[in-house]
Amino acid sequence: MNQIPEVIRTVPLDYYLYFSAALFVIGVIGVLTRRNAIVIFMCVELMLNAVNLLLTALSAYRADASGQVFVFFIMAVAAAEVCVGLAIIVMTYRNIRSTDVQLLNYLKW
Amino acid sequence: MPMQNQGMALLCLLVPILPLLGFILNGLGNRKLAKGLVSLIGCSTVLASFLISVYLFLDFTANGSRAYTVDFYNWISVGELQIGFSFLIDQLTLLMMLMVTGIGFFIHLYSAGYMSHDENFGKFFAFINLFMFSMLLLVMGANYVMMFVGWEGVGLCSYLLIGFWNKNTNYNNAAKKAFVMNRIGDLGFLLGIFLIFITFGSVSYPQVFAEAARFTGGVDTNVLIAITLLLFVGAMGKSAQLPLFTWLPDAMAGPTPVSALIHAATMVTAGIYMVLRSNALYVLAPTTLEIIAIVGVATALLAATIGLAQNDIKKVLAYSTVSQLGYMFLALGVMAFSSSLFHVLTHAFFKALLFLGAGSVIHAMSNEQDIRSMGGLRKFLPITFATFLIGTLAISGIPPFAGFFSKDELLAHVYEHNKVLWVLGLLTSFMTAFYMFRLLFLTFFGEFRGTAAQKSHLHESPASMTIPLIVLAVLSTIGGFLGIPAVFGAQHLLGDYLSPIYDYARVANGAALAPLHLDHATEYMLMAISVGVAVVAILIAYVMYVSKRTVPAAEGQRLAPLHNLIYNKYYIDELYDTLIVRPLMWLSAAFHRFVDVIVVDGIVNGFGKLTLLTGRSLRYAQSGAIGFYIMVMVFSIVLILFLNFFIG
Repeated sequence: MNQIPEVIRTVPLDYYLYFSAALFVIGVIGVLTRRNAIVIFMCVELMLNAVNLLLTALSAYRADASGQVFVFFIMAVAAAEVCVGLAIIVMTYRNIRSTDVQLLNYLKW
Repeated sequence: MPMQNQGMALLCLLVPILPLLGFILNGLGNRKLAKGLVSLIGCSTVLASFLISVYLFLDFTANGSRAYTVDFYNWISVGELQIGFSFLIDQLTLLMMLMVTGIGFFIHLYSAGYMSHDENFGKFFAFINLFMFSMLLLVMGANYVMMFVGWEGVGLCSYLLIGFWNKNTNYNNAAKKAFVMNRIGDLGFLLGIFLIFITFGSVSYPQVFAEAARFTGGVDTNVLIAITLLLFVGAMGKSAQLPLFTWLPDAMAGPTPVSALIHAATMVTAGIYMVLRSNALYVLAPTTLEIIAIVGVATALLAATIGLAQNDIKKVLAYSTVSQLGYMFLALGVMAFSSSLFHVLTHAFFKALLFLGAGSVIHAMSNEQDIRSMGGLRKFLPITFATFLIGTLAISGIPPFAGFFSKDELLAHVYEHNKVLWVLGLLTSFMTAFYMFRLLFLTFFGEFRGTAAQKSHLHESPASMTIPLIVLAVLSTIGGFLGIPAVFGAQHLLGDYLSPIYDYARVANGAALAPLHLDHATEYMLMAISVGVAVVAILIAYVMYVSKRTVPAAEGQRLAPLHNLIYNKYYIDELYDTLIVRPLMWLSAAFHRFVDVIVVDGIVNGFGKLTLLTGRSLRYAQSGAIGFYIMVMVFSIVLILFLNFFIG
């Protein structure tokens, strides 16, 4: 990749940056405000994907493939993590018949 | 002088090391080793030390009696201070070695019989072996620091052995008392050593004495008086002189062989040895010598008067020991150094004998020590009686027993020096003869006054106990011939032998060490007077306790005021208790209540409480709500990023 493809240049880098930042912040706010464990989980995924997008964009604009290699790793790890996370949520639901994280407050003082 | 050769050095080293080996074996094997093996180890190590000492002595005299130093290694080396681990072998050391190991061996042998019923037999032998090691280190060391190590070692063993029967609180208190009183003396000794180093730049005897011999400040300078007085304070503690003597009578709480070995024959003479060893310093300080003479005669007199009214067989002997030690210091004070050592030697013989005899009596009487419950024992304990009689005659100064020669020589020197001291010494001698024969008559003559159970149990002690008695009785009889006065035309063996140890002193202050100048008539007169006084005292005792069969008043009976005063030992213990012990206890209690409880505990507990309080208030942050945790996390990360951006 010695040259940046013409298609990509039509959208400036800044736009990608703003977009991923926005996605990330949406994710963070979602994690902070929502009570449903599944929604929180989705927001986490959103944050991960915001980072993925950022990495791809910078990789493309700097003509460096290693950023995109990272993205593949992140996707693989995220997939594994989703398995574990969803399993935890399923177990939680079986125990308390709910996925509301605010009910999970036994672990205090 | 260099060491002669490797073999001699090894032999010298073996003398103290063998008892140390015995201590280790018996100490580790306490209760595991058979009693026979324990006594074999305990006695044979000391016997071996004694035999080596004899060999060293013979070798020493055969090679022209030249003192030599055996250096092993450089023990402490700090700046100018060089302290070698080395032994000084000279006349004085050899004599002390022979006395310590010789008498020590017989007392070990005696202990094997005396302590045979004790469950801590191995521990006992371990302790007395350790004592032998420390004492040998004390007398063999070639510098003041090594002497101090031995000095502390014997103090420790004394403590351990006085409190040997540690289930009895009174005995433990007696042990503590001995330890603390000795510590007071030791402080003086330690300061004396420091001052010696500052003044002479060394602590090794030959160097210090050589320096002292050409001391530029002249006789009786302040620094010399300070050194000698401080050393004497140490001697006061160890040798039970006024005002630090009260521990010795209490030390009778220990087993009787301990009293014989440590509190009569060897350890308590360490103070005398130290003054003798430092004679080159003492002749330079006549003021100190005056003080020593006065302290000595005061102690002798005071202890003798207390001895008149005691009813415990060991207490009487204890006070007589204090009194005789006073005599020895009196002799040192009038610069009759050899006479003092002569008396140390004869006293070791007869006092060890008397104590062991007393032990034999106590053993036969089923641990009864009160002479009011004894009487008529000569029929039951013939050997003990015969030997005890010899010891009593010796201490009373009846010729030809050992005590006569040493005491007579000592008093002759005192007479030449100061007539008042001589009269006081003679008075002490009178009282000594009286209370010793009072003890003898009450114990062995008259009718038996104990219980029927005690009477049925009366028996002569086993051979391991009577053999030492017989040997010591022989020594008490012939020991005096080591120093026959010049009047009788014989050589003074001991005096001639010891002469070289005063070489430095002669250089330092030659006038001080002049020989006796009395004419023969005076000397005969002095002898006659001292024997006469003793005989009169014995006759009085005989009339009172055999003819009239007086028995001392029972406990709780009213006594005449003066009698009451000496019966209660002049209330000295009570005086110390009121003046020193109680204020100290009060002060400690006050410090405990205010400094320890409020300040120290307050700070430590305060830190604990602060931690607790912080934790208690912070724990509410751990609410268990996941959302809150995440929020805190996010805000923290944001904060870190911000700080990193603006500050970093």
